[in-house]
Parts: sequence; structure tokens; C-alpha cells
Amino acid sequence: MRRRGPKRNLGLVFYAVLYLAFLYLPVLFLPLFSFNDSAFIAFPLVGFTTKWYGQMLADSAMHTALWNSLKVGAAVALASTALGLLAAKALTRYRLPGGAAVLGFTSLPLFIPDIVLGISLLILLNTMGMQLSLISVMLGHILICAPFAITVLMSRFDGFDKSLEEASLDLGENAWTTFWRVTFPLVLPGIISSLLLTFIVSFDEFLIAYFLAGTEATLPIYIWGQLRFPYKLPVVLALGAVILVVSCVLVVLAEWVRGLGQGGKRMVGA
Amino acid sequence: MDDAYIRIENITKRFGAVKAVDRADFGIRRGEFFSLLGPSGCGKTTLLRMIAGFEYPSEGEIYIDGAAVTDLPPNKRPSNMVFQSYAIFPHLNVADNIGYGLRRSGLSKAERNARIEEALAMIRLPDMGNRRADQLSGGQRQRVALARALVNRPKVLLLDEPLGALDKRLREAMQIELRQIQKNVGITFVFVTHDQEEALSMSDRIAVMSNGQVLQIADPRTLYDRPNCREVADFIGTMNFFEGKVIGTGGDITEIDAGIAGRLSAKNVAVELTAPGNDVLVAVRPEKIVLKTAGAAGLVGKISTSAYLGERSHLQILVPGLKDPVSVAAQTTREHAGADVSLSWPAEAAIVLPRH
Amino acid sequence: MGSLATVDVIGGRYSGGLVRWLATLYRRSDAVRGYTLLSPTVLVMLAAMAAPMALLAVYSFWTQDGYVVDKTFTLARYAEVFSRDSYRELFYRSLYISSLVTVMTVLLAYPMAYFVAFHVSDRTKFVWLILLTIPFWTSYLLRVFAWKIILGYNGVINSGLLALGIIHQPLEFLLYNTTAVVVTLAHAWAAFAILPIYVSLEKIDRSLLEAAADLGDGPIRRFLRITLPLSLPGVIGAAVLIFVPTTGDYVTPTLVGGSDGVMIANVVEVQFAKIGNWPMGAALAMASMAAVGLVTLLSVQAVRLAVSRTR
Repeated sequence: MRRRGPKRNLGLVFYAVLYLAFLYLPVLFLPLFSFNDSAFIAFPLVGFTTKWYGQMLADSAMHTALWNSLKVGAAVALASTALGLLAAKALTRYRLPGGAAVLGFTSLPLFIPDIVLGISLLILLNTMGMQLSLISVMLGHILICAPFAITVLMSRFDGFDKSLEEASLDLGENAWTTFWRVTFPLVLPGIISSLLLTFIVSFDEFLIAYFLAGTEATLPIYIWGQLRFPYKLPVVLALGAVILVVSCVLVVLAEWVRGLGQGGKRMVGA
Repeated sequence: MDDAYIRIENITKRFGAVKAVDRADFGIRRGEFFSLLGPSGCGKTTLLRMIAGFEYPSEGEIYIDGAAVTDLPPNKRPSNMVFQSYAIFPHLNVADNIGYGLRRSGLSKAERNARIEEALAMIRLPDMGNRRADQLSGGQRQRVALARALVNRPKVLLLDEPLGALDKRLREAMQIELRQIQKNVGITFVFVTHDQEEALSMSDRIAVMSNGQVLQIADPRTLYDRPNCREVADFIGTMNFFEGKVIGTGGDITEIDAGIAGRLSAKNVAVELTAPGNDVLVAVRPEKIVLKTAGAAGLVGKISTSAYLGERSHLQILVPGLKDPVSVAAQTTREHAGADVSLSWPAEAAIVLPRH
Repeated sequence: MGSLATVDVIGGRYSGGLVRWLATLYRRSDAVRGYTLLSPTVLVMLAAMAAPMALLAVYSFWTQDGYVVDKTFTLARYAEVFSRDSYRELFYRSLYISSLVTVMTVLLAYPMAYFVAFHVSDRTKFVWLILLTIPFWTSYLLRVFAWKIILGYNGVINSGLLALGIIHQPLEFLLYNTTAVVVTLAHAWAAFAILPIYVSLEKIDRSLLEAAADLGDGPIRRFLRITLPLSLPGVIGAAVLIFVPTTGDYVTPTLVGGSDGVMIANVVEVQFAKIGNWPMGAALAMASMAAVGLVTLLSVQAVRLAVSRTR
């Protein structure tokens, strides 16, 4: 694709900046008011304080919920990335009759409303007599994270020559050692990216966790519970601000890693 | 075919309803430079990959040095492959690429390094061991791929259109070098290409394939002078074809009535084609046709185009009544487009082929 | 990883016919090996998505009274869904909201995607795309919550406008209605719209546009005749990606919708969490998916038809 230099269209540049501002501004109010020395989330700003952060850090219920979310997130990241790895390898390296249909099937969770996924899993677990717990939350999250893992890893597999694995086999390695000597190093950026992204999705997910959690709350469920109490709102803002910053960092890291070694085509999200 | 080092026994490969390889049955001799030649989609690469172990035949068996390899995975076969895309591992340097297959050989580290040095010298890249794979040019990658395969001392080397991505000059240089390496190392080479000039210049024998079938296997000279069917004749070099019916045979000369092209003679025609009334094709190479001024005996026509190539010129002669122009490669004369000429050729130059 | 080595061992150690046959089948067939690799993922999805949804469908044909579930097949739930006015209104409102959100987000996102695809140098593209994807990955809950504090009676907008003296009474129409839901959803899903459109714009071969210019088309005609049609799959993809999930959104109507902006998901949640009438909730969910599916199909067809007419 030959490309002459980008044209300068001031109208579009203006639009783009405005759009970006619209995208970020509402969310930026969270950190803004988290430093505001007032129980009311309103203008004018009263004064700078970090007391809400202090309160947040002291909240033990929040700690438990945070810890639960971390556990669930880590497990989900590992499981969905593993599943994604297997599926991506199968779909890109083998001639599968009906492969396109299978790919469509694995993408379905993106197109079914979370509430439907949540309640149907609830029905299944109830029918099977299983207790609701963090495990059931993990299952629900793996379901919605797997499509992301598959997409990220498929694009990584597509990006490198199939013959590399054949060459390794030809030179004497079996499928297992080929995976570790050739496939894994080359797919590693995709794996890291997938781990980070699926972790974030699970960590932030509310609705499915809400339906499937038993007595142990994840962080979003905890936050949801706090929203009822107006006096707790600034603390929630503080928590939210921290979560936003951490998510940002993880996303940037994930996309940067994904772009590594891909040279020309750095397709974010594709 | 008892001297066959590689035995392809009744191999068929089906992809769904399509036969990619159809009843291939032949042998490759030890130490031979054997080419699989044909247009895209003829099955040559599929056949090569079956020898390597990346495709499994639908029917048939493959033997290397007497042992059946059909059920062996690629890593257990005594063959190594040079891939079309070279498949150089981007995350390893040149030395590690070349030595990749040596890890399992049981050699000591010193021995492995010695072999790698030897290989680097053979491909004339002696100090490039530490170079990273992505810093190599196309030609260098090709040589590294070759070294990586040869360093394992395989019984058979399989090459899948290894020179296709190189520019003409480099390609011709590599052709000579490959041939030289093969002679020095003495390994059996199986070489896949669609470029007939390449196959003709490098090979001991060539198998010409089309639509999954092996049409003819012979040394380059035989393929050129005595193709066994229209497809082979057409694919190798340029060929003129005249349709005709056999009139009769006397001694070793067969007479053929070729309609507009006149009454043609051919020598030593295969017996199965000589039945009177048989539909045949008479094939003549452009360089065997003799060009004379109009008035001499022979086929009369007008020069329609001429391509000047120095000492020789390639001429297209339009003969009234004949559908295709006749290609003639003649010494450059002062004949120009539009001139009337007459064409003739000796009986030995005529190749008779089945019409279909 | 489907190790061929392991299969060798099995085939070698046991000369049993079945195992050998299976091993050979495994090695011979690309499809068998591929599907073996694929099986864990597919099994998980069957267990976590297909089976549960099948159960959901089954539940929608049952009746529940208190703790007792009557398993006789009945269409009574669906009859309720279609007959009750409040449910009908609910469906219309949800579809209306989602349609509005979809149209808004796609229309607003298109120029942005166009900008990044055509007017940004390759190096900066990466930066722009990261900036645009970050909101995509951050907590949905927090993004909706942000709007709650913005639109509230004592919220950011009202207090800001009051402080500036532009208004003297807080505006009441900002929060707890359909408009609030639309605005919040549009913002929350904006990031979803950009990527699919961007990808399809990026794929357009630039030389097509150059050829069109060479053949006499000005920039607007080039856009209408080449860029727009070729980016259509991305636009449709973005639209479907936004429309379908937003009809079933729960968080936004709950936080900012009030009683005016109730959507299907709220009612379903009530059936499951509070009332305990799972069959009713299931029927509502199934009916909404059917409705959404139908609307999506028809709309996509309509758009495709419309675009092909403009050639």
C-alpha cells in the first residue's frame, strides 16, 4: 500500500481532538473530585485533600473484595489465555472444515447481552446443584474473556510464517519441543498482551459477577454496594480513580507488548 | 526400479474431491539431482511435502533407502527441507539457526560448532554466525536455509522452489552454486520448480507434472528432444504443432498429411502412433526450422513479427490457413516484417505426438 | 499440544488394533489434529454458553410459583410477555434507546476513525489507537458512574452552571430519564464503534482512491463511491456490536435511568433476584433476544440494500 504523506485537514483534526476530549472528560471527573475536600460531588471545588484515599485504604471490606478480584482475574487470565492459545493455533495452522463456524461460535459471547449470559449460567449452576462462589464467577468470566484472548492470539499466529514450525519439525523436533523452541518465543508478546487484557476485563466486570457470586464479593460488586450511600461516594471516587489509572497502565503495556516484533502492521484491537 | 533410493509407490493425494497427486509411481536414484517440474497447482509441492512428511498420502507408500517412511512424522525422516519462504527463525541468530537441528544429534558442543563453521564456509558466509536473522538479505537467507538443512547430513535434501524470490542474476548464480554443492556433498536432491529453464540446467532427471499426474520422467536432453506428449512438449521450451493424419510408414519414415501444412515426414515414430488414419501432432522446435526466401520448397508465409536478440532473431510467420503463427528461431538476416518466406525442416526434427 | 511423539509411543507400545487405528487417524488427518486442539475451548464454551442458554430456553416454557417449579410445557410466559402493555412498552423503549445510541455512536465515530485511517502518519497512528482503546478497556461501571455524578441534581453540570451564574435552579431533566440513558450509553460504547470502522477503512487499498481520482472523481465522490461502500462491513459490524448488547444493558438504566428509563434487563433482574420467577425472566430474556435478532437482521439488510442502490 503506497501512501503519500497524510493530508492536513484542520476540520478533522479539530473534530478528532474534540472527540477525544469527549471520550476522556467525563471519566476525568472521578479523579478530580476524589481530591476535593467535600462530601458533595459538585462545583465549586473546596480544597485539596487525600483523606478519601486514606479512608479507602483503611476499608477492610474493600481489601477483601480487591483480593477476590485479583484472584479471579489472575485465574481467568491464565485460563482464557490458555484456551485462546489452543484455539488460535488450531484455527490458524490447520485446515478445519467448518472452522469459520467454530470461530463464529467462540465469538458469540461478544454478541449476547451480559445479563443473558449471567442468568443462564445461574440457571445451569442451580440445576446442577452447584454453590455460587468465586469459582462460578471465574467460569462466567472465562466465557466472556476467551473471545478476546482468541482474537489477540490469532492475529499473532497469523503474523508469523507457518513454515517456521514445519521447519522445526523437519529438523528433528517433535510438536512439544517445537512449541517451546519456536512457537512460544514468537507468540509471547501476544500471550502477555492476552493475559493483561483478559485480566482487566475480568477485574472490571460487574454484571455477571453480580449474578454468579455467592457470599464473596468482587471489587465491582463491592463498589455497586457502596453506590447506595451518598456519604461514601467520594471514597468510591478515590477507588475508581486508582482503578482507572492502573487499567490505563495495563492497557498501554498490553498494546505496547502486542506491537513488539510486528513491524509494519500494528493493528490495535484487530 | 530396484536402484531407487527414494521410491514413490502409487501415491495419490486427495483434498476432498480434488486429486492433487494422481497415481505417482517412480524412483529417484541415489545422489541424483531430481527435479519436479510443472505449472502452479500441478501437485509438485504436494508430492514434495509428502516425501518430507507434512502431508499424508491418501494412497500409496514412500520409501527412502529401503525403509518405508509413510508412517513416520517429519522429524523422524532422514530428509531435510529448504522451504520456499526459507523459514529462518527470526528470534535466533545465523549460527543458532544453522545448528538448530543438531541439538538432538548427540554431538558435543565442540563438534556442533565445528559443523556450523563448516557450513558457514560452504555457503560463503564465514563471519556471519552472530548476525541476527532479520538482518540478512534474501540471498543470504536462502543460503542459511540451505546450510541449516545440509548440516544435519540428511540422506535426502528437499527444496521447495528455493530460488523463486531471487532476482535473475542471483538466481542464476545460485543455480550454479547449488549444483556444485550437490556434486560435492553427494546428497540426493529433490528440487521443485515451475521454471523449466532452471530445471533443464540443473537436473540429472526431471519429472514433468500437470494436474497431479506425472507426464514424463527423463533427463533434460530427452525431455527436450523427445517429449512424449503435447503438454510436455509445450511446457519445455517453445514448440510448433501441426495437426495431421498418418498416411503410412515405409522403413523408418512415416508420412503424415498435415492439411495446410502439407505432407510431412518424420523418422522413427513410436509404433503405437503409426496406424494409418491415426490423428497425430507433428511438433517441431523453432530452431530446427530452416528459413528460405519465398519460392524455395516448403511452407509459404509472411513474417508478422520479429524479435531481435543479437545473433538470433525470434520470428513469427503467418501461414495462410494455419490458426497459430509458426515460431522460428533463425540467424538474423535482413528479412523484415512483411517479407514472404518459405519454411522447411528435416524429417529427424519432427516429433510425432498423440493428438489428445 | 497434540504431541505426535506421544501418539508414537502409544501406537508402538500397544499393538492393539483400535489404538493403532486411532493413532494413524490422528497423524493422517489435519482436521482431526486441529479439532483435538480446539476441543478444550469449544467444550468450555459449550458448557458455559450453549448448555446454559438451552436451559434458559427450557425454563422459559415452565412455570414457577414460590419455590415450586412446574415443568409442564407452556407458552403462558410468552403470552404474558406479548400481552402485557408494560412489557410491550419496555421492549419498544429498549429497542428505541439502543437504536438511537447505535446511530449516534456510529455517526460520531466514523469521522474519528476516518481521521486516524487517512490523515495520520503511520507512526502516530499507534498513539491515536491506544488513546482510543484505553476507554474501551476501563471499567464500564465507573464510566456509567461518572455520568451519574455529572448529570445529578447536585452534580457536576448543575453545580458548575450554578456557580457560573448561568442558571439559578438546578436542571431537573438531566438525570433519571431516557435521555440520560441514551447519553450515557453513547459515551460508554463510543470506543466500541471506532475500532471496527477503523479496521475496515484501513484495509482499503489506497491505489483504488488514486485510480478514482485519475478517472475524474473529486474527493466527495471518491468518498461516496469507494470509501463508504468499502467501509460498510466495518460500519455494520460496529453497529451490531453496539446495538445487540445495549438492548440488554443493566448498569446504565439502573444508575441513570430512574423509573422513566427502565430497560429489559432491569425487569429480568427483578424476576431473578427479587421476585424469584425464573421462567418469566427467562421468557423475557429469550423474547428480547429474538426481537433484537430480528431487528438487527432487518436493519442490516435494509442498509445493504440502500447502499447498493446508490451505485
